[in-house]
Amino acid sequence: MLSYVLFYSAALVSVVATIMVIVSFNAVHALLYVILSFLALSIVFYLMGAFYAAMLQIIVHVGAIMMLFLFVVMMLNLGRRTLEQERKWLPPAAWRWPSAMAAVLLTELVFVLMQEEPAALGHIVASKEVGIHLLRPYVLAVELASMLLLAGLVGAYHLTRREVKT
Amino acid sequence: MTLGSPLDILGILSVLVAVAALLIWVERRLLAIWQDRLGPNRVGPLGLFQVVADMIKILSKEDWVPPFADKPVFVLAPVVIMASMLAAFAVIPIAPDVGIIDFDFDLLYVLAVMALSVYSLMLAGYASNSKYSLIGALRATAQAMSYEVFLAMAVLGVVMLAGTFNLRAIVEAQRDGWFVVPQFLGFILFFIGILAETHRTPFDLPESENELVAGYHTEYSGMKFGMFFVGEYVGVTLGAALIVTLFFGGWHGPVLPPLVWFIIKTAIFILLFILVRGSLPRPRYDQLMSFGWLVMLPLSFLNLLVTGAVVLWR
Repeated sequence: MLSYVLFYSAALVSVVATIMVIVSFNAVHALLYVILSFLALSIVFYLMGAFYAAMLQIIVHVGAIMMLFLFVVMMLNLGRRTLEQERKWLPPAAWRWPSAMAAVLLTELVFVLMQEEPAALGHIVASKEVGIHLLRPYVLAVELASMLLLAGLVGAYHLTRREVKT
Repeated sequence: MTLGSPLDILGILSVLVAVAALLIWVERRLLAIWQDRLGPNRVGPLGLFQVVADMIKILSKEDWVPPFADKPVFVLAPVVIMASMLAAFAVIPIAPDVGIIDFDFDLLYVLAVMALSVYSLMLAGYASNSKYSLIGALRATAQAMSYEVFLAMAVLGVVMLAGTFNLRAIVEAQRDGWFVVPQFLGFILFFIGILAETHRTPFDLPESENELVAGYHTEYSGMKFGMFFVGEYVGVTLGAALIVTLFFGGWHGPVLPPLVWFIIKTAIFILLFILVRGSLPRPRYDQLMSFGWLVMLPLSFLNLLVTGAVVLWR
């Protein structure tokens, strides 16, 4: 029972935080809401028994990727002018109809999900299982991802390389 | 999975905060001795009540938020470092029956929470809206992110040898021999990584007082400033406790009860942290970063490869 209460409150936090990401005018505040949403998601993962995924969600997404985002936004030093601009870009008239349509889709989604049996909470996934799955059936995906990352690394190196004076 | 009662939690939390407060005095006194001075010795026996005096001063100060600051973030930042550092202690195995939580991913949890603590410095620097703070925060973030990589990789050697992320199991695996012997390189890397994570000298570039005033907490005063310091000292305690748990056999030791052994070992490493501060100069920032990526990274890869090969070979 307690785990269901925790599950739904964490899910609620993540949904509200994600909405706040879209409606907040200040870029740094929006990023903070993304982080909050990720943290809430990691609690959801934890409650579903995916401890490993929950921890990696925090270490990789919150601890590294979002930090880089925040780092870059901080360096841009957006200030008050961008705040005004953002405010101008999102008047109520601009989001009234899109949100009404999104609400229709949301109701449909909820309706479809209600048909399914709710998944049981608390099937604990051991780290060994994750490793075996990554290196047996999904080894191709892992290799492809590593190649993609390598390409990104080489690209980043090329972009930041200083011209050597001869 | 759970281990501690609410009473345990309360006890460990209050001991930690008390230790963090006491460390301010210990550090000032020891640094003074090593620098041939006296240090704070006026208030109470040996100056021990200096802590109380500092507390009264810091609590009675005006809690001022600069008008140019981003208020909600400014208030949030010091809370993050203190809360995350204290939360990380939940999984530290203090003695066989002392501790708060015991679950299979202890070590990952500690790394995750330490990663979260970096947000505090970053947000403090951003929210203060001042140049020194911003530069301090940029330095802090870049430094913490790079050294976190080596920290995690240095730990992996121990994880391979013990075959688990569970800290209690790692301590049990060291019953016959401490991991510092097969993992000496890992220990050195981890020690440097912890120094960088907690922004202790020689890695205190984010708050280097002679170029950045005080870095990311320049604009903070009163208890908010105090929380940064409590966070830092809890971080030092956490680092020492982690080193003891991962490399020095945790609570294992002859004659004395396990709890005493853990406290003695942790205290030794805290003193070592202070000694390092008292004896090493601060490098330049680019030296710090290139040391990380050009020395620490290859060494930690090497450690990982050799340990993996040995584990497979056996």
